[in-house]
Amino acid sequence: MTPSSNAPLTDRPARSNNHPYIPSTDSERAEMLSAIGVDSLEDLIADIPPEHRHPRLNLAPGLSEQELAAEFSSIAAENSSSSNGYISFLGAGAYRHYIPSTVRSILQRGEFVTAYTPYQPEAAQGTLQVGFEFQTAVCQLTGMEVANAGMYDGPTAFAEACLMAARLTKRSKVGVISTSDTRLLETLVAYSKYQDVELVEVEPDAVEIPADLACVGIQNPNFFGQIEDVERLTKLAHENGALSVVHVNPTALGMFRSPGEFDVDIVTAEGQPLGVPLAFGGPYVGLFACKKSHVRQMPGRIIGRTTDTRGRIGYALTLQTREQHIRRERATSNICTSTQLIALMVAAFVATLGKQGMKDLANLCYQKAHYAAAAIDRLPGFTLGRAGNDDSNGSGATFFHEFVVRCPGSPGAINSALLKKKIIGGLDIFDRVDNGMLVCVTEASSKADIDRFVAALGEIGASQ
Amino acid sequence: MTIVANPGDIDRRLLMDRSVPGRRAFTLPESDVPAQEMPDSSLLRDDLELPEVSQLDVIRYFSVLSQLNFSIDTNFYPLGSCTMKYNPKINDELASLPGLADIHPLQPDETVQGALRLLTSLQDDLGEITGLPGVSLAPLAGAQGEYAGLLIARAYHESRNDAGRTVAIIPDSAHGTNPASAAMAGLDVVTVRSDDSGNVDVEDLRELADDRTAVFMLTIPSTLGLFEPNILEITKIIHDTGGLVYADGANLNALLGLVKLGDLGVDICHSNLHKTFSTPHGGGGPGSGPVMVSNELAKFLPKPVARKTENGYVLATPESSIGAINGFHGSFSIAARAYAYIKALGLEGLRSVSENAIIGANYIQAGLRDKYNLAADRYCMHETVLSATRQKKRGVAGLDIAKRLLDFGIHAPTMYFPMIVDEALMVEPTESESKETLDHFIAVMRQIDDEINSNPELVHGAPHDLPVTRLDEAKAARKPILRWTADE
Repeated sequence: MTPSSNAPLTDRPARSNNHPYIPSTDSERAEMLSAIGVDSLEDLIADIPPEHRHPRLNLAPGLSEQELAAEFSSIAAENSSSSNGYISFLGAGAYRHYIPSTVRSILQRGEFVTAYTPYQPEAAQGTLQVGFEFQTAVCQLTGMEVANAGMYDGPTAFAEACLMAARLTKRSKVGVISTSDTRLLETLVAYSKYQDVELVEVEPDAVEIPADLACVGIQNPNFFGQIEDVERLTKLAHENGALSVVHVNPTALGMFRSPGEFDVDIVTAEGQPLGVPLAFGGPYVGLFACKKSHVRQMPGRIIGRTTDTRGRIGYALTLQTREQHIRRERATSNICTSTQLIALMVAAFVATLGKQGMKDLANLCYQKAHYAAAAIDRLPGFTLGRAGNDDSNGSGATFFHEFVVRCPGSPGAINSALLKKKIIGGLDIFDRVDNGMLVCVTEASSKADIDRFVAALGEIGASQ
Repeated sequence: MTIVANPGDIDRRLLMDRSVPGRRAFTLPESDVPAQEMPDSSLLRDDLELPEVSQLDVIRYFSVLSQLNFSIDTNFYPLGSCTMKYNPKINDELASLPGLADIHPLQPDETVQGALRLLTSLQDDLGEITGLPGVSLAPLAGAQGEYAGLLIARAYHESRNDAGRTVAIIPDSAHGTNPASAAMAGLDVVTVRSDDSGNVDVEDLRELADDRTAVFMLTIPSTLGLFEPNILEITKIIHDTGGLVYADGANLNALLGLVKLGDLGVDICHSNLHKTFSTPHGGGGPGSGPVMVSNELAKFLPKPVARKTENGYVLATPESSIGAINGFHGSFSIAARAYAYIKALGLEGLRSVSENAIIGANYIQAGLRDKYNLAADRYCMHETVLSATRQKKRGVAGLDIAKRLLDFGIHAPTMYFPMIVDEALMVEPTESESKETLDHFIAVMRQIDDEINSNPELVHGAPHDLPVTRLDEAKAARKPILRWTADE
């Protein structure tokens, strides 16, 4: 760290020269003001109440690029990550995966990064065709007929899917299975608070559901990493005139049967596992797919294929009469983004891994997670699965790459001890499972990392 | 067969059309753990259809596609209300540092002190710039910030046992997300007129505001690029009825260091980090829409809020929080870019941003006002709204002019918005563009006006030299093709 970056930012002298981000010089500004016919900027902002103009602002003087880089190095160094030797077993909605060089390279292209929303399709065919590829990949992974160009993130996509089900069925009760992530539910509450929608908890092994549900929302794998019986729950929903809304982990779709095979109506997912950095929670992208017959109730941007005046193939935003900029307060959603750049990362990731890569990725995650789970299960005091007599969700249930470990003591205390060994343990879920820790293992963990984690758990557990 | 050289031809085949069984762009490592028992085969899929292409195929495909785009790195975007400014490269680089990109959102606070320090500092700076010190960076885009702001307004009224306030008053010039967000928040939308000068019709507002008013949503400066001269009277009218004032901060680029929204009586606002604070638009997101509120409303902010405590930085949930509005903590790596931008510019730089943005817009307005009508004939802030009504009389619509600009490598202005202006072309140059660029734009716009007389077909048929000419959007909507299929 340079000595200057230790000094409080406010103690530095102000710079007087032109800023690199602002080209106009003093003489050019004077020329422009003269062409406008005014003496100074003050004449242009006369509508701002004079007593409030030019307020005092407590902001530091600007930094050079070099100083800024030093500031960021120190910020980054204050975080614990793989770059300073930590290994992590956190999942619960955000997953650590290797990001191929192709994805990182494509993300360097300023023509994608600094483009605007493709409202002028002639000047945005690159963005639009990428979006069409993204929609195609989402359909292929989920087994669904149509997809939109992207939502904010997984939980908001799920919330919008439940609201869409309520619109389609004209029913106001939304059922969600009890094994779902509370983050999905919290977002759904925020989105439905003033929509006259009531949330109803449905047990995953329910044999009957209320007859007036708009949908049954199913997280699969569920919050605890286990595979739910989507086929049975979907049938149950349909028998009661409800829709089936399934929130998937897209990595698992390289291996497990897709929701499309089970006649699911709407599928959502967090797209982050597909090539998007963890980045402390965002930006990510929500995946949203549904049956073709429901497409006109779908929220968000949709890209369609068409032709130009010379008959050449081109792509454009379509079905825009669903959206806020046309329909205003009667729109299907207020969303005004497709999180396009993150959708690009997903499209590039799926293209890079391809058919074999997506299968191999899912398999590798499965293998490593099961290896870790079995090793932890052998440790004295640690057991797998959720508590008590709940066999269907106990240690016998199929899981993908996350699993619940019941610890011999408080998971919080165990995690603190792990941290001293530069291990970020699983998520403490004591509020849902007694002494429960939700552990995630992906292909990003080597066998050595897993063995180190298991050995540390064993040592800490023995001293509990 | 002879192959004819035609450099203009672009191979538009999709990835699936390029797929060859057996090709690969990537290999995963062999498993280093003993083979595990597989799940029951009834759970496994066998139908996965995805492209099989080589690594060069991937790189060339996406690289060629990128070249079909306009972008800030390659083109001028005089795109009103979108603030298409330069996106500094250092910001992308810094946000991608492994110590920032590799941290998990659920890591304990003690392991993410750098990230939380960054968020706390950005919150402080945004609070200082807007004069609204309660800040949450959770909203993932402007529309989400807006929705969060409306939930805060409703929570505030409910906390005072004043839940009968279910009306949002919105000017007729407002962006479409305003009424859409209000509807999501269960508010009835009532529209207030703009007067002939483009200001809010104060008498109309006085009529409409009453004890049912939850919130008045005002874009400042307005979508006409005007600073509302009656702002103090307007905020007083709303406050006198017990309502709150929400400022849509989409146009904050005009106000940095010139005025604080909080000083004007605004209670809640959002800012689009992808506009004012230079984070890339990404071809349509990711955005970030922090919500800023007065001290009184801070307890209702969405969670989480970063805070400095005696024991270091923490993520906290405000006392009467409206709760979570998305999965985690907002667009962190977008926030990191905005933090870098604010630190790089500093106080003087930020003031200079707005000053130059305002001078640039007025310079364009002065250079075109004899050829194009103005929506409001007075000095503008950071954008000016032209009305192509004179051109329309000569048979060419605003749309045609916008499309013709594309032929000159200039992105179209925002068209047909605000809706209260006929043939609107909304132009926002931003502070990033040099006087030469502005002069060139003025010259091209004047030339297009001449072309309407000399060669109207040139304008009607535009664009001529882009990867595609005008697209049949009706066909796209009538028979939607939304994905690759084997038989299309």
